[in-house]
Amino acid sequence: MNRAGERLYNGLVKENPTFVLMLGMCPTLAVTTSAMNGLGMGLTTLAVLAMSNLFISALRKIIPDRVRIPAFIVIIASFVTVVQLLLEAYLNDLNKALGVYIPLIVVNCIILGRAESFAYSNPPIASLFDGIGMGLGFTVALTCIGALRELLGAGEIFGYHVMPESYTPIGIFVLAPGAFFVLAGLTALQNYAKEAGARKGKDVSKIGSGCSEDCMNCSVSGCGKRKIGDEEAAGRTSDPGKQSVPEKPEKAADREGSR
Amino acid sequence: MTTVRDLLILLISSSLVSNVVLSQFLGLCPFLGVSRKTNTAAGMGVAVIFVITLASAVAGGIYQYVLTPLGIEYLQTIVFILVIAALVQFVEMFLKKFIPSLYQALGVYLPLITTNCAVLGVALTNVQKEYGILTGIVNGFGTAVGFTVAIIILAGIREKIAYNDIPRPFRGMPIVLLTAGLMAIAFCGFSGLL
Repeated sequence: MNRAGERLYNGLVKENPTFVLMLGMCPTLAVTTSAMNGLGMGLTTLAVLAMSNLFISALRKIIPDRVRIPAFIVIIASFVTVVQLLLEAYLNDLNKALGVYIPLIVVNCIILGRAESFAYSNPPIASLFDGIGMGLGFTVALTCIGALRELLGAGEIFGYHVMPESYTPIGIFVLAPGAFFVLAGLTALQNYAKEAGARKGKDVSKIGSGCSEDCMNCSVSGCGKRKIGDEEAAGRTSDPGKQSVPEKPEKAADREGSR
Repeated sequence: MTTVRDLLILLISSSLVSNVVLSQFLGLCPFLGVSRKTNTAAGMGVAVIFVITLASAVAGGIYQYVLTPLGIEYLQTIVFILVIAALVQFVEMFLKKFIPSLYQALGVYLPLITTNCAVLGVALTNVQKEYGILTGIVNGFGTAVGFTVAIIILAGIREKIAYNDIPRPFRGMPIVLLTAGLMAIAFCGFSGLL
């Protein structure tokens, strides 16, 4: 039972998929126009993540190593379909609000990443709790971002008016550009925390930096290996990035500054 | 009936007005990851156009001639993702064998595209909006062109800002996201086109 608690804590805080690992940014940006949508998307992902982790872990001794990625995808896609049909039947408003992003949970880095890095090498119960922890972390993050955008963009949280009458909503925050601005602020904060942590000598290697490393993060956690079968693909995936980065912009800027 | 006029309107709307990355947030990973230089961005863009157009044709065909007659439309998500993965693999093998020069140019980008949620997103949108095969292909092509336009513009801007003095926490990803946000505002202006 201790182990389960540890997995929950790990997913919620230590390795929070959005704030720490920076995975699954597409849905994070797209559906966080309001706190309610963020919560709905988070819970939907939680359900898929927990179930797929449980099943992949239970089947891990049967799935041959070579075809594990396609096998994971089929399992994940099945649960996404189940969840989508359930939403359509019982929560159709949410289903309409989230639209195409529900089936797109299949290609969410977090799910395949957890399947590959945790469920495939751990027993079912621990994997289930890992999925629940990660899903809760994602839900909390999405709800927070959604609430922030809703607050700035409409002056409301969960549809309740909370800002004073004199506040003029900054409408752009509920539109597409606002998502980029919020995420920019978030990653800047994260960079700041990372630097501060490094100065104090803490281990910050777990803190990701989104897709800044050319999808390298994603390829580590599974996205890049989504290709059927061969390992070679994963190696090649990182190539275009490497070729195109003879020198990191940050370093160039550093040098400019020091002159 | 879809007329040529409808198709043109769809092309403009899918490429510029509701741009796939800047207003729908699909394909963000390559958009942010492969946009450091204009020529790699252009290569990625061409590969995306190629794959999305092909994938929307194949997915549309499968939906109309296999899934619908059998009454198993609910399997679309599973079928589409497997078809797209297999298709990209197949295209890669085909190019390697028969058109090596094109493979040289696009080869490195192809594996990246399988993981691109824009491809699956377009296939699913086509089905949700009940587009026919031709309309679906036009929508896919327009979406991919929109992606290419956006990634090339972003790469051009990033080449310039690489030498600017940016506040330390904003270096790297945050400034790119701010740039993308400003681009998204600019693309909002296209909504006046229709």
